[in-house]
Amino acid sequence: MTSELPAALSEIREEFLALSGQDRLQLLLEFANELPELPARFADDPALTERVVECQAPVYIAIEVDDAGVHMHATAPREAPTTRGFASILSQGLDGLSAQEVLAIPADFPLSLGLTELISPLRLNGMSGMLSRAQRLTVEKSK
Amino acid sequence: MTVEFDSSPAFAGFAHPERLVSTEWLAEHLADPGLVIVESDEDVLLYEVGHIPGAVKVDWHTELNDPVTRDYLDGKGFAALLSAKGISRDSTVVFYGDKSNWWAAYALWVFTLFGHEDVRLLDGGRAKWESEGREMTTEKPRRDTTDYPVVERDDTTVRAFREDVLDHLGAPLIDVRSPEEYRGERTTAPAYPEEGALRAGHIPTARNVPWSRAAAEDGTFRGRDELEAIYRGEAGVAESEPVIAYCRIGERSSHTWFVLTHLLGQENVRNYDGSWTEWGSAVRVPIARGDEPGEAPAPR
Repeated sequence: MTSELPAALSEIREEFLALSGQDRLQLLLEFANELPELPARFADDPALTERVVECQAPVYIAIEVDDAGVHMHATAPREAPTTRGFASILSQGLDGLSAQEVLAIPADFPLSLGLTELISPLRLNGMSGMLSRAQRLTVEKSK
Repeated sequence: MTVEFDSSPAFAGFAHPERLVSTEWLAEHLADPGLVIVESDEDVLLYEVGHIPGAVKVDWHTELNDPVTRDYLDGKGFAALLSAKGISRDSTVVFYGDKSNWWAAYALWVFTLFGHEDVRLLDGGRAKWESEGREMTTEKPRRDTTDYPVVERDDTTVRAFREDVLDHLGAPLIDVRSPEEYRGERTTAPAYPEEGALRAGHIPTARNVPWSRAAAEDGTFRGRDELEAIYRGEAGVAESEPVIAYCRIGERSSHTWFVLTHLLGQENVRNYDGSWTEWGSAVRVPIARGDEPGEAPAPR
């Protein structure tokens, strides 16, 4: 079923799998550093974002759906780089997809990045939580 | 070669003040030969974002655990790990990390299983060092590898297994998790995902003393008098009694193990690292719910 993964997410996964052990963590750190600031319209109004309670760190996400597709925004503290990395992967991988494509992302995508031996299950749960919330918000915003 | 101790008056009241160093002390001793600084965090990427100059990273998840069996690495694995990190048997190791040193205390406790003598904790951890605007770097230190000896792990002195806890019921047992976890309302700390145990509650007779009560606002340890009031007064731990502490996977209880052993000088403190993820899923072990410790079942 992996062939159905949208191109951007598929590329991200290939990037991870092409690397070994510690280099994968380094790549996750690069993603963490690329996470853009939350746009002001979300930062100013906490009601527009949703807390990802599955993550240990305080992480908030927001989903927008417009003519160009789905956009995910996220914010997480600097002292939680792993979580920032996950948010950044999803934010880049989801951007511009149709709502249907977002909903078709398999729930085990976070487990397919080759990080299961490097990162504790509790943290990967956080990324799964982020994905399922993004999918639910996509449904809500598409109505 | 032993690095001199931090003789800060703040630590003088503790039973083993030599187990703590302050951020000031560490800043002045960064380059001491014989000293190795170890960062151990919950967030496995935090070290890469920036760390105390010269510090090496020890990852609790990938480096201290056996990759297959739920256990710690063995003597050979520990020797290989420490040799690769450039730590010698006589090195002074100062641990620090995020989350008020949860994971740093955990790593220190694992080093203790192998009898590494000179282990110390940075009071206040990573957050205090950062908040004081002290130097951080992303540069990884190049340390020469060492020839750390193979020492067998001692699982009898500071570590408790499920059977030990069953035999211990009735003697002082400290549950260091949050009150919500203790009462049985949830199986993980608030704001953490539900995961890992099939039943909620606590081990009968355990007193609930959340680990964080030992820490002040800035993450440093509370003074001797306050700690005595909490552990001897409220929790009723007498000086002569053996104690077991537990949490979810043994990391928060390492912090309490450190407090009881090194700050209060309690002899015979063991950390039950199986903790709630084992007990809360084990078949036919007794469990209590609610605010009360509950009764010890009849001896086996």
